[in-house]
Amino acid sequence: MKKSVFLGSVAALAAVTGGAAMAAEGDTLKAVKDRGELICGVNTGLVGFAAPDASGNWTGFDVAVCKAVAAAVLGDPNKVKYVPTTGQTRFTALSSGEVDVLARNSTWTYSRDTDLKLDFIGVNYYDGQGFMVRKDLGVTSAKELDGATICIQTGTTTELNLADYFKANNMSYQPVNIDSNAEGEQQYMAGACDAYTTDASGLAATRAAFADPENHIILPEIISKEPLGPAVRHGDNNWGDIVRWTLNALIAAEEYGVTSTNIEELATNSENPEVQRLLGASDELGAMMGLDKDWAKRAILASGNYGEIFAKTIGEETPIGLARGLNAQWTQGGLLYAPPFR
Amino acid sequence: MSDIHAQDVAFVRDSMIPESPPPQRQAGVVKWLRENLFSGPVNTVLTILGLLIIWYLVSHFWDWFAHSVWNAESLAQCREIIAATWGEGARGACWAVIRERWHQYMFGFYPPALYFRPVMAFGFLMVALAPVLFSESLRIRRYVLIVTAIATLALMLLLKAPAGWLAFATAVFAAALWLAERQVARLLVFSALYPLLGVWLLWGGSLWGPIMVLGAIGLGWLAWRLLVGLSPLVAMIAGVAVTVGLLMFLVGPAADDAESLLSLSIIPVASDQFGGFLLSITIGVAGIALSLPLGIILALARRSDMFLVHTLAVVFIEFIRGVPLISLLFVASLLLNYFLPPGTNFDIILRVIIMVTLFAAAYMAEVIRGGLAALPRGQYEAADALGLDYWKAQRLIILPQALKISIPGIVSTFIGMFKDTTLVVFVGLFDPLKGISDFVRANFAWKGIYWEPFIFVGAIFFIICFSMSRYSMYLERRLRREHR
Repeated sequence: MKKSVFLGSVAALAAVTGGAAMAAEGDTLKAVKDRGELICGVNTGLVGFAAPDASGNWTGFDVAVCKAVAAAVLGDPNKVKYVPTTGQTRFTALSSGEVDVLARNSTWTYSRDTDLKLDFIGVNYYDGQGFMVRKDLGVTSAKELDGATICIQTGTTTELNLADYFKANNMSYQPVNIDSNAEGEQQYMAGACDAYTTDASGLAATRAAFADPENHIILPEIISKEPLGPAVRHGDNNWGDIVRWTLNALIAAEEYGVTSTNIEELATNSENPEVQRLLGASDELGAMMGLDKDWAKRAILASGNYGEIFAKTIGEETPIGLARGLNAQWTQGGLLYAPPFR
Repeated sequence: MSDIHAQDVAFVRDSMIPESPPPQRQAGVVKWLRENLFSGPVNTVLTILGLLIIWYLVSHFWDWFAHSVWNAESLAQCREIIAATWGEGARGACWAVIRERWHQYMFGFYPPALYFRPVMAFGFLMVALAPVLFSESLRIRRYVLIVTAIATLALMLLLKAPAGWLAFATAVFAAALWLAERQVARLLVFSALYPLLGVWLLWGGSLWGPIMVLGAIGLGWLAWRLLVGLSPLVAMIAGVAVTVGLLMFLVGPAADDAESLLSLSIIPVASDQFGGFLLSITIGVAGIALSLPLGIILALARRSDMFLVHTLAVVFIEFIRGVPLISLLFVASLLLNYFLPPGTNFDIILRVIIMVTLFAAAYMAEVIRGGLAALPRGQYEAADALGLDYWKAQRLIILPQALKISIPGIVSTFIGMFKDTTLVVFVGLFDPLKGISDFVRANFAWKGIYWEPFIFVGAIFFIICFSMSRYSMYLERRLRREHR
């Protein structure tokens, strides 16, 4: 009996490992179409970028990218399964094939792009790291923070940036390690640290949620470049192209004044040849990457062009109130510059 | 006094003095206080210190609790209401977040129209547990069943469950009550079937799946029964092989075929829609139910004389105990994806349950081994003297005593495991403590809320864990056979 239990467990183990095989570099587009659902890795919850509401519907700036890709590929922005990923699990989830695309405010860095075998397909938000301090501290510049205690989230690029910045400016600081944004706010409010540092977009949202936002200031220095963008895994370039050009389509649509309200009209009678190509009125751009000609139109209709998405989720009309800044079109003095659709 | 007789003394009182109350200091509250709180200088100092600490805590937190707001749409609105009601600068708890999001704390992203299904599954769980947990007391069993039935049906009504389901649940409860009064053993059949029923209710899909699984187990049992006369070992291998073979190759297609003939489907719910306490309780209950038998087997294996069995048990137990649970969860969620062929749908909750079970089983094995070691050698020898074989000796003499000794340890392991289910947040599942709270805070309306979700979730965890601990004390009292 005892022996048979042992044999049984060996058989069960063999059954589990027997099915093991190397995860092949598949055709993601085909897999997504067969599944009828896009699996999108998102943040477990970040104000403005990705958050489920009381009825469980995900909304946000990063979520809009997922919706646009789903609309372009599957024709329905709601055919997305959102897989919440943490800072630790996000890249493994992508490279193991658990998600098709990762739209989780991840900074595009050299080592992530090369060593981790990810492909960042562009930048959907140019962020940078800043500091928030209480007004009564009397500090007006990050250069005056020598010797300060600083609340800093561990395991992120912000931690490394902070060390670099203070070293470069010959200053010292006392880190207070925190695990999440909520804990950071709590420590900062309780006075455990003089300054709180994270991405400027996060600081703005945090400050806006305080009971007394007027007593806190965000220092003018931005100490790092944090280009946040969606990523796909190495090995399926066509899929990378689809995600990249979906994002580009959203950006280009804003540049050419294509919005979710006037898109139907422009699709039929636009004079601009670039808009005609984008919306599939002329040329079969979609076929070049295995989609139909209306792909970009559907992507833009999903939640509007880049500017509309920005205004709806994190823009100045929302409580978070972020200005466009670097995220304005290149024609408006920002960094958004979609390559031509040709 | 007994040798003094009435005729020996000049005066004998012939009426009793009326009973008088004991002195003030020796009665009631004063006596209790004197005996328990102020019995000596050390005790007095400790009492005063304790009172000071309580006063300190209450005076610091009372206003926060007293200024509770239940009706608001956002944290900002809460703050306005608090400022308007109790004056500028007052602080208060904003429980409105719980009021708005309680369903997500309970069910995660489970479709709201189907909330009654987990409720029903939980009610049936109580029915399945009643004959196991309260096998000796009809009164308690009846009480548990009636309370469960009323609570479950009331909740289902409140959640607007369809009439068909209500009727089904009512029928199950009525049958269970009737069986519990007359033939408890029959109710155990329901307990045995419950895992399949529970899985079906929670995940939905076709009823044919569970039925086919049951069929596979039945055929496996049949194979065992036919061959057991020849050789118990062969019979066991054949039984397991038949069941596993059917489960792997035939159950799926057969269920699909049956489904196409006669549809018995209910709306399926995917694992990623589970969250909150539904997730914790699902993982916790499955882990508890599976880790106890596995732990017993491991404990026996570790005490076995057979080298291979013994070594494997030691290696397994020490490996699992030497590795943090989080790393096992990461293995379950991430590493397995690299090994399994792409497109394999190995459910994440199932993976987590397996890891949590293995983890708890290793601890359980050591707890039970402690119980086995605590038994006097005479018990083992007595079993041998009676001519019992190994399994009979274990089943009839050793394990009942060893498990009784281990009850506090076993329940501690259960409680620890149930609380550990919150760690699933690290593999992207929405545990109630951090997973749900984080995304609730990610909505701008509730950004900045901190203590209220923790207190709410902590209170529910406390209720569940405290119930488990009280049950273990009840069980110990009930099983106390010797006179102490």
